[in-house]
Amino acid sequence: MADFTLRVNGSEKKVSVAPETPLLWVLRDTLALTGTKFGCGAGLCGACTVHLDGEAIRSCSMPVSQVGGKSITTIEGLGAKGMHVLQQAWIAEEVPQCGYCQTGQIMTAAALLSKTPNPTDEQITQAMNGNLCRCGTYERIRKAIHRAAGSGGNAGATP
Amino acid sequence: MSPLSRREFVAAGVAAGAGLVIGFYLPHGEKVGQGSFSPNAYLRITPDNKVTIVVARSEMGQGVRTALPMILAEELEADWKQIEIEQAGASTLYGDQTTGGSASVRTTWDPMRKAGAAAREMLISAAALTWGVPRSGCTAQSGSVVHAASKRRLTYGELVSKASTLPIPTDVTLKQSKDYKIVGQRLPRVDTPSKVKGEAEFGIDFRLPGMKYAVLSRCPTIGGKVGNFEDKESKKVSGVSYAGKISDSAVAVIADSVWGAMEGRRLLNVSWDDGPNKDLNTAAVMESLKQAAAKKGVSLYSAGDVSKAAGRHISAEYQLPFMAHAPMEPGNCTAHFKGTSCELWAPTQVPQDCRDSVAQAIGLDGDQVKVNVTLMGGGFGRRLEHDYAVEAALVSKAISGPVKVIWTREDDMRFSTYRPASLHQLSAVLDGAGWPVAFTHRIVAPSISGQKGQPGPNGIDPDLPDEAAFIYGVPNVSLEYALAETPVPLGWMRSVYALQVGFASESFIDELATAAGKDPLEYRLHMLAKDQDIQYFTTTWHTARMRGVLKLAADKAGWSKPLPAGHYRGIACFGCFASYMAEVVEITMENDTPRVHRVVAAVDCGQVVNPGILEQQIPGGVVYALGNALRAKITIEKGRVVQGNFDDYAPVRMDETPVVEVYALPSTESPTGIGEPSVPPLAPALCSAIYSATKKRIRALPILS
Repeated sequence: MADFTLRVNGSEKKVSVAPETPLLWVLRDTLALTGTKFGCGAGLCGACTVHLDGEAIRSCSMPVSQVGGKSITTIEGLGAKGMHVLQQAWIAEEVPQCGYCQTGQIMTAAALLSKTPNPTDEQITQAMNGNLCRCGTYERIRKAIHRAAGSGGNAGATP
Repeated sequence: MSPLSRREFVAAGVAAGAGLVIGFYLPHGEKVGQGSFSPNAYLRITPDNKVTIVVARSEMGQGVRTALPMILAEELEADWKQIEIEQAGASTLYGDQTTGGSASVRTTWDPMRKAGAAAREMLISAAALTWGVPRSGCTAQSGSVVHAASKRRLTYGELVSKASTLPIPTDVTLKQSKDYKIVGQRLPRVDTPSKVKGEAEFGIDFRLPGMKYAVLSRCPTIGGKVGNFEDKESKKVSGVSYAGKISDSAVAVIADSVWGAMEGRRLLNVSWDDGPNKDLNTAAVMESLKQAAAKKGVSLYSAGDVSKAAGRHISAEYQLPFMAHAPMEPGNCTAHFKGTSCELWAPTQVPQDCRDSVAQAIGLDGDQVKVNVTLMGGGFGRRLEHDYAVEAALVSKAISGPVKVIWTREDDMRFSTYRPASLHQLSAVLDGAGWPVAFTHRIVAPSISGQKGQPGPNGIDPDLPDEAAFIYGVPNVSLEYALAETPVPLGWMRSVYALQVGFASESFIDELATAAGKDPLEYRLHMLAKDQDIQYFTTTWHTARMRGVLKLAADKAGWSKPLPAGHYRGIACFGCFASYMAEVVEITMENDTPRVHRVVAAVDCGQVVNPGILEQQIPGGVVYALGNALRAKITIEKGRVVQGNFDDYAPVRMDETPVVEVYALPSTESPTGIGEPSVPPLAPALCSAIYSATKKRIRALPILS
């Protein structure tokens, strides 16, 4: 066990966990931030996607000891002041079915829009292809990203 | 769904519909608040004007928490905005709560409507009595009863105390579809906002104070057992508190974090007793199907006499592999055993099976086990099993405390219950013009229900009646079923046998059209030209409805118009779970690999309850089916499942996803399922398109094997 101070969604959290523990389980079990999901444990599905200093990463494959002082954003902190424009777009396009993968999808999309505010279809596919959805909502995800990009606002903003 | 359950369910659904209006039922046996109005188990209205509708089926993405309340709210004349939804756990009040077989809307349509209508009539009576006016002058409108003559209005909340004193009507008039205000509307799903905010609580997210986490080491060889285990290294992992055998085939490692339990399991040293299947492999399974094919089968359906048909004989053999559901949320369940009771929080399609199996496993009575149903991160039939619930209860009992069992992705892939591998022998006789005068389909497959000890009459898997109809007007037809045996665990996977039967049957129709030199659409329409009822077990299929979806899909896809150079298309149709579905698939070929650009899907599922949900479910089924067709294959080596994660069992990602257009035929027939029927036509339509492009006939899935 070791002590870590994590910057999560804008506030400091002290945790005492084994250093090799993936960030995913620290977020879910220790900090009760269960919006970040476990899907494969191997970086293959993207359900566990969070931001580390604004970059989309797979928290299932990131030992907590490697996070350091970087700022972590989870789905709970994405729309710090109300809902993020992507979350609004996800509702407008009625994207979720089971919904399990959608928080990871939204986090990946948010990282995309922060760098590429008006992505092409190809750029969306490239960015989103690592995120699996077994309900097959991909085309609605694409539409929601275009909708969010078109609406401008706080696309890509993280706290 | 559990097929035995399906039959009981249909019966129970009808019974519940009648029973609803003759007694006061309270959900979960709990007392509702003083003065509230609860004329049946699905509905509760309180004096503060809160209208709560209970959903007794499980939400796994298919929209039941929205669709089912819409049905009741329609008849209640409720204001949709005032409705609150409550999820029922395992209960005795709602008949069979199994969520599967695309049956939730189909089988609760009547009970939910009657429940709403009975309450509406009581509220109208209560208002008439309150005002001392004739009942005929009062109408229910948007959550209130209105007396037009005196312009008086009382909300349902204001009427509950009076309504609760009135007799529950036994015969109510249901609304006509032309008067629907809620059913048929594109209402937003109630569960969407919480899902995009990360607030929705799935089974894996549920927590209890002091809860431990368990990961199980299960014998990787099918049918094998635990030999010995050594937990010294496991217990060195921080937080690991316990390791113990919880069944013949599994050792549980318990820790105060999921990661600790996973690490503990990794370091567990277990020797396995591999048992009788240690040499089993996929080739042996397929060989056993061939052997079973040589045995006499049973008839599922016959018309005329195929043996007497004369003409040109054509035959072909098709085969399909085992497949895994692989829902995004891996298996899990939380249990709290308390000596004489046990409570579970289960992402399950079968809360009542969970209750009963858990009770048996831990030595309690059914009524000592409470099952709460959580949201599910996909189901696709995997959560029609209750293995995760039994494991959680056994572990909780072993450690005398609350625990959550979590499966890893590899656990989910290797310890699943698989779509049965199957073999299909088809033959046909064509007349001089090339039209079929005889069609024979011999389905060779192990029985899912048979393996679970419920073989069904004549050994016919009870799912086949919903999933293997042949809905064409061919004069001589024989559908046969030859039972094979396999030790590989079997389960019900989205569309169940309809995927296998549809792939083989519709692909073969395509072969016949090719042999006859005819267009595959024209060929099918010819067989559907005459209006005909086809009775297959308890379902009456209508050629006219199949013709309708086939024409609609072809029309919207522009079947008669030329395609861009290098584009090819195929068409197929199939009926299952009482719904009719046709799909046109448009592809290009890139390095011998099909790339699907567009799928046009047409459905006749009777009255559409919520077109928005339909337009989610059908493309979802198409994308799921595309993954099945392209790559889904579970193989067995040395008695063990080979595939483990999304690298070697690779679902469709965004780059392979086509645009899916959905069209529903307008209908006022009672609604039928939409969760599964879009799955079966995809693979045969795709393979037909590939044939157009390459002149290669694909007779075995997956395509990219």
